[in-house]
Amino acid sequence: MEALDTLILSRIQFAANISFHILFPTITIALGWVLFFFRVRFAQTADAKWMDAYRFWVKIFALSFAMGVVSGITMSFQFGTNWPGFMETVGNIAGPLLAYEVLTAFFLEAVFIGIMLFGFSRVPGWLHMLATFLVAFGTTVSAFWIIVLNSWMHTPQGFEMIDGVAFATDWWAIIFNPSMPYRFAHMWIASGLTVSFLIAGVSAFRWLLGDRSRDVRIALKTGVTLGALLIPVQIFLGDMHGLNTLEYQPQKVAAMEGIWETGPNQPLLLFAIPDEEARTNHFEIGIPSVASLILTHHFDGVVQGLNDFVAEDGTVMHPPVAMVFWSFRTMVGTGMAMLLLSWTAVFLMWKRRRMHADPSRRHWLAVEGLPKPVLWALVPMAFSGWVATLAGWYTTEIGRQPWLVQGVMTTEMAVADVPAPMVAGTLVGYLIAYGVLLFAYISVVVYLARKAARGDDGRANDMSHSGKAQVEILTPAE
Amino acid sequence: MFPDFANPAEWLPWAFASLMGFSILVYVILDGFDLGVGILFPFAEDAEKDRMIGSIGPFWDANETWLVLAVGLLLVAFPTAHGMILTALYLPVFIMLIGLILRGVAFEFRAKAHAKHKKLWNNLFFIGSTMTALSQGFMLGLYIMGLEQTWATYAFAALTALFLTVGYSFIGATWLIHKTEGGLQLKSVQWAREALWGVILGIGAVSLATPLVSARIFDRWLQFPEALWLAPIPIISGLLVLWLWRMVRQMPYPGDVRSWLPFAVATGLFALAYIGLAYSFYPYVVPERLTIYEAAAAPESLFIILVGACFVVPVIAGYSVLAYTIFRGKATELRYD
Repeated sequence: MEALDTLILSRIQFAANISFHILFPTITIALGWVLFFFRVRFAQTADAKWMDAYRFWVKIFALSFAMGVVSGITMSFQFGTNWPGFMETVGNIAGPLLAYEVLTAFFLEAVFIGIMLFGFSRVPGWLHMLATFLVAFGTTVSAFWIIVLNSWMHTPQGFEMIDGVAFATDWWAIIFNPSMPYRFAHMWIASGLTVSFLIAGVSAFRWLLGDRSRDVRIALKTGVTLGALLIPVQIFLGDMHGLNTLEYQPQKVAAMEGIWETGPNQPLLLFAIPDEEARTNHFEIGIPSVASLILTHHFDGVVQGLNDFVAEDGTVMHPPVAMVFWSFRTMVGTGMAMLLLSWTAVFLMWKRRRMHADPSRRHWLAVEGLPKPVLWALVPMAFSGWVATLAGWYTTEIGRQPWLVQGVMTTEMAVADVPAPMVAGTLVGYLIAYGVLLFAYISVVVYLARKAARGDDGRANDMSHSGKAQVEILTPAE
Repeated sequence: MFPDFANPAEWLPWAFASLMGFSILVYVILDGFDLGVGILFPFAEDAEKDRMIGSIGPFWDANETWLVLAVGLLLVAFPTAHGMILTALYLPVFIMLIGLILRGVAFEFRAKAHAKHKKLWNNLFFIGSTMTALSQGFMLGLYIMGLEQTWATYAFAALTALFLTVGYSFIGATWLIHKTEGGLQLKSVQWAREALWGVILGIGAVSLATPLVSARIFDRWLQFPEALWLAPIPIISGLLVLWLWRMVRQMPYPGDVRSWLPFAVATGLFALAYIGLAYSFYPYVVPERLTIYEAAAAPESLFIILVGACFVVPVIAGYSVLAYTIFRGKATELRYD
């Protein structure tokens, strides 16, 4: 039984912080580009609906951005307060990557977000559009650098160890390390999916509240269509990323698939309870040989098992199995739900495309095609991207344990010599703060949606299809 | 004072210490004024609060990024010192981070949440700003005391915590003098007048304490002939204090001319106090324990960051000036359209 020592408390604290943090960049990375799309469409068409959509979503962007900034600052300090060994060992590599993130991305985002949020009536249109572009670009660049560092920790190369300290020998090899392209693409699309479903879910909620304004229509269509387009791309990228992991971190894949013994014809487990004490699975339900097929493209392909990663003296050098196994299944399951829902929704909207009042314009999708159950299903899926993103990160990060930098240093080597009760105290403090903020964030998103649906957020609201507007028509003017 | 510029193992740590010092100074002034505005929040009427937020809204994000750059430079250029300092300051760092989180999100929530919750977020904005300022002052005090943890050093740190908080509220008040008009401006002049006391006492206390704590710092400031070269720092600081003293008793000037002057002079004063402090501790990054040369990362890694910084920092300065130019003049309520 593991006691709650400084190491495990520091790990829980860092996991809590990074989990809370990633929720918000996951939104801003892609939402920045969606806002840029709205802004460009407004410049092209001069149709107010695009700007209305922009104004609604820029509020959620601003809120998410602030949450991301403050939780990100926390992260940068925790490297020092809890994990001093990390920078002492690999600082020569992690340092420049983090420095480039601050220099090339953080300042860009932080300065231009002021102009993006408050500058619409103060600066020329092109500058406002440029500011929107630069903020979106900045979030992407910042994601790039942090993914470079994270990927290097999984697949390190381009360095040499001298007296226990890493020195860079080849920066191109460090930046373009083997897992970086897969991880970056996978995360970028994950952000796109998170935002697609957030937009779709919040817009469906507004629609269900009777909001028939034109911006809620285009937002709903944009969200659902983007989700439907991205999900197959993501499944394909995820598969490629998995094959890359199999090559460099086979112990992680073994934990993901719950494979204990090396051998051919490994089954794809749909359900199992991995037991690390007994080194076996209980209650297995699986499809024979399919895991081998996915991982090696042959039914009788040999896949390495977890038992290969136990040293002679019994030291376990593979990750905790059950957590990785279940995180992976949560991610894949959420992805499947996304696929099913977004494709169904697009199909139903496409079927009713001729419903639209103005037949002269080509409308490929009609929101009226969505029956209530589908709309109601979209609402809780608004935050499905968070579930999938967190589950995915848990799979890859817990899957790297016991290593902090694969093959270079273990997590235990990096932890600070801070008394456990002190870490316990700050952990409780962070958890309370994060819990309250997460509640406040979701409440405000719901509140903003309700307020917009009521039409009292300053927009000229087209309520002609809703009951509310008809009541107004029937009531004689005073 | 200056390193051997032919030897990268010497001038690179020196260059990074300068760059880090510069970022901390910029942070203290820029986030200083917006933290200060938060500290002054409870003294303002509700209608004035929106105006106060309006005066810092477009800037606070970028201001805080200087803290990320400063701690980032400490992390990348002096990794050993980063670990030593931050583990020694574990609890104040935690309090500062909670403070920064609260105020950062309160900024957004107060404008977007339901009107009945606005008061709650206003309070959290004040509490977060004050927590941040107090903990930064506390860390400054402990750092001056060589990161020793005794009741005496805690007492001194508590004092610097209070003074830095008042100091931030002072620079915040001078910012508001420039960015507001009418009744709020009059209030801001009043706030500046009261907070100036804290600035004088704070700079005085730190100036007296540093030479007493360390014989090295004592010698550095009070030995002949170096003392002659250094004399301008305290003398000019004294003159700036007198100038501020006069201004906050006469302002606002007719026609609101030179409303920017108190903020500019306060910036000068903060910069001088900071340079004096930096001079006391150079070349140590962890006082009396670790010099910048001992703590520095590998020269190759530092060089690759410096190349980037040389290109990027002027660009950052450029677009920061652009943002301040776009949002110049008296603050208005912030609107998205």
